[in-house]
Amino acid sequence: MASKIVPKKTPMRERPPQERVKSFKEVPFGYSPEEAITEAKRCLQCKKPTCIPGCPVEIDIPGFIKFIAEGDFAGSIKCLKEKNVLPAVCGRVCPQEDQCEKLCVLTKKFEPVAVGRLERFAADWEATQGESPIPELPKSTGKRTAVIGAGPGGLTVAGDLSRVGHAVTIFEALHKPGGVLVYGIPEFRLPKSTIYREVDYLIRCGVELKLDFVVGKTATIDQLLKDFDAVYIGTGAGLPWFMNIPGENLNGIYSANEYLTRANLMKAYLFPEYDTPIVRGKRVAVIGGGNVAMDCARTALRLGADEVRIVYRRSRKEMPARDEEIHHGEEEGIIFEFLTLPVKYVGDEYSWVKEMECLRMKLGEPDASGRRRPVPIEGSNYITAVDTAVCAIGQSPNPLIPQTTPDLKIGKWGNIEADEKTGKTSKKGCWAGGDVVRGGATVILAMGDARVAARSIDEYLKTGVW
Amino acid sequence: MYKVLKREKIVPNIHLLVIESDAIYKNAQAGEFVVVRADERGERIPLNLVDWDKNSVSMMFMEIGTSTRKFAALKAGDEIATLVGPLGKPTEMTKGKKILCLGGCYGIGALYPVIRAFKEQDNTVVTAIEARSAYLLYWQEKLKKYSDEFYEITRDGTQGLQGHINDFLQEYLRTNAVDLVYVQGCTYLTYLSSETTRPYGIKTIVGLNPIMVDATGMCGVCRVIINGETKFGCVDGPEFDGHQVDWENLLSRRKIYLKEEVYSLSFYECEKYG
Ligand SMILES: Cc1cc2nc3c(=O)[nH]c(=O)nc-3n(C[C@H](O)[C@H](O)[C@H](O)COP(=O)(O)OP(=O)(O)OC[C@H]3O[C@@H](n4cnc5c(N)ncnc54)[C@H](O)[C@@H]3O)c2cc1C
Ligand SMILES: Cc1cc2nc3c(=O)[nH]c(=O)nc-3n(C[C@H](O)[C@H](O)[C@H](O)COP(=O)(O)OP(=O)(O)OC[C@H]3O[C@@H](n4cnc5c(N)ncnc54)[C@H](O)[C@@H]3O)c2cc1C
Ligand code: SF4
Ligand code: FES
Repeated sequence: MASKIVPKKTPMRERPPQERVKSFKEVPFGYSPEEAITEAKRCLQCKKPTCIPGCPVEIDIPGFIKFIAEGDFAGSIKCLKEKNVLPAVCGRVCPQEDQCEKLCVLTKKFEPVAVGRLERFAADWEATQGESPIPELPKSTGKRTAVIGAGPGGLTVAGDLSRVGHAVTIFEALHKPGGVLVYGIPEFRLPKSTIYREVDYLIRCGVELKLDFVVGKTATIDQLLKDFDAVYIGTGAGLPWFMNIPGENLNGIYSANEYLTRANLMKAYLFPEYDTPIVRGKRVAVIGGGNVAMDCARTALRLGADEVRIVYRRSRKEMPARDEEIHHGEEEGIIFEFLTLPVKYVGDEYSWVKEMECLRMKLGEPDASGRRRPVPIEGSNYITAVDTAVCAIGQSPNPLIPQTTPDLKIGKWGNIEADEKTGKTSKKGCWAGGDVVRGGATVILAMGDARVAARSIDEYLKTGVW
Repeated sequence: MYKVLKREKIVPNIHLLVIESDAIYKNAQAGEFVVVRADERGERIPLNLVDWDKNSVSMMFMEIGTSTRKFAALKAGDEIATLVGPLGKPTEMTKGKKILCLGGCYGIGALYPVIRAFKEQDNTVVTAIEARSAYLLYWQEKLKKYSDEFYEITRDGTQGLQGHINDFLQEYLRTNAVDLVYVQGCTYLTYLSSETTRPYGIKTIVGLNPIMVDATGMCGVCRVIINGETKFGCVDGPEFDGHQVDWENLLSRRKIYLKEEVYSLSFYECEKYG
């Protein structure tokens, strides 16, 4: 049997690096139907699939792949959507290498089945088939639910609750739905149209979407609870961290959120056709080592930088960014400076950043996260020229809701505390999940939390038992 | 989309904008602002609330760059793409104090809800508004209604006292006891007023206007240095103690996009007028 196995994944065609650094068009092209069928046939259709437990929303992985292998793409997307409302998104941004693909039986000897690429294929195929039909909706239960935040978590809860007959209103602070998928993750990695399509589907299913509504300001949670029977808080982790080092408020220094929001949500890369500007730096330093840092660095390249450096205090091995993203970044010419920590920015006479002082690090004992702690090498300071710096060292939940909801229990990092098994918070009628509970995590974990909470909300609305 | 109920030029370059909204008035308080965006390609910009009711919110804006130029071209019945609020912390209220309230340019409008609230809390309100010349002053009658004393200052002396606001401030503080000074307007006015009151040790609250994007605490572009500490203007402010503001930093951060703003405006005008 093993001799028949094709050892490597069917490759996915990509825009060549020289071409793609000049545009915001998506980098990988996705499989053709033939490529998808070829890849789908690599799956062994295990009786006891080891991949499924690796998926936070337990997609029937061999199930949807079998449909593709048989050329039944409609069957495949239907199977996917039973567990995942955003397959076009997850197929692109989930860290499959740490989830399903890591646990695929093939991984021991060969490359795993390309679960993510196949998921993306099925979803993209559906998008070419016109508007997806609306499922028959159950009779209204007469219950009203409010979902705060239109990120992947909020959208999932909204879908699940409307499917069982509860009325849903989503409240979103920004002028576009999608959360980080829209304001954070760039177009070249996740085309916005894939998200708007899913949001449009929810609206056609009867979900009401109220944009430009900041809960905590426009209305508080307690005010919402007068009109709604249950509230789900999926407001993400949108408060950017800075390093609090000298010179950080000089001109030309951005938080990752600002940089990406300008570029993505406000479309500053199309300035002046779009009104929002962004600094098109020539020597750009991005501080951090996660997906966020990679997205900023690759955005800076596309905005015309001559030199973009990722400055990370640990080594490549500890980088939390996905391998695929690091690989793409390397191909595009991003320079990686590992074991390096900025300690100070220096400005010119107009208060624009012109230099960054850094310190070299070495790895010491493992810290709480199990990764080796970086320790400074004394006297290793050096100065390097930069005209733009982007701080991508992390974020935590926005305090607006906690500040205006006194009976909501808040954890050490400003995160809302919620029960793992139900998503219930300390406040009756309020659930929470995704990044606002976990801190910066992943799309699929936010969706997993949402699913758990939706089930608990439905139960509460049916029984009235908290 | 949000319907424009009214857009009226009040004095040259300053316009009143009234937009339909049934959501914002419920929690709106003096000192708060909204974010507006003219159209799909527009920038998000903050404007102070100058009034609100069950059906609408009103803002007073000064025409300077592309965004405000777009707003100045609106007429009743048009629509704008974004309206969100109320945002920011409201003005901290006091009771039974004597408060000197200063306003210039759009800040004359922005003063209105604040002095109304101060007055409703039984404070003694002294209002002073300033402009280059008489024809740039506005809303005197509305402001007088909530003011115990009312002054106008023009640089050319065409109306009220002649001089700069700091001349008036110096003179007033020398001869009157005041508990609090409150200032709304451009950065130059808030800066100058704060420096003038500093030697008198009178607490001076200023409405700052750093550049903003989301205005919900998500991006950090609005950061200002207050008493040596970085704060976010949109959620920790926009009102701060003027004696604690790092003005140099604020003034330079306001200029980050100067080049782009000029370019944007000429691009807009070329598109519009050919
Ligand atoms: C640049 C970047 C790249 C990433 N890359 C990946 C990746 O490749 N793979 C991956 O799995 N994960 C990635 N992540 C993480 C992932 O995007 C998040 O974990 C996920 O989006 C969390 O979903 P959420 O629904 O909890 O919140 P969010 O997506 O953060 O959405 C929250 C929404 O709530 C709104 N909101 C906030 N406060 C309020 C309020 N008071 N009232 C109303 N609305 C409010 C926000 O505007 C936002 O729209 C990335 C994150 C970033 C920033
Ligand atoms: C909390 C807050 C409340 C505000 N309230 C109001 C308000 O009620 N009414 C109002 O008119 N404006 C208000 N502003 C300022 C307003 O947001 C800006 O004027 C607006 O963003 C300008 O956009 P623009 O595209 O027209 O001009 P831009 O193209 O962004 O700016 C053009 C040029 O004018 C300069 N400039 C911009 N704003 C000002 C200003 N206020 N004073 C002096 N120079 C400036 C810029 O630095 C730039 O050089 C407020 C700002 C904040 C942060
Ligand atoms: S473990 Fe791998 S081979 Fe087995 S069913 Fe899952 S994807 Fe297919
Ligand atoms: S405007 Fe973005 S954090 Fe204040």
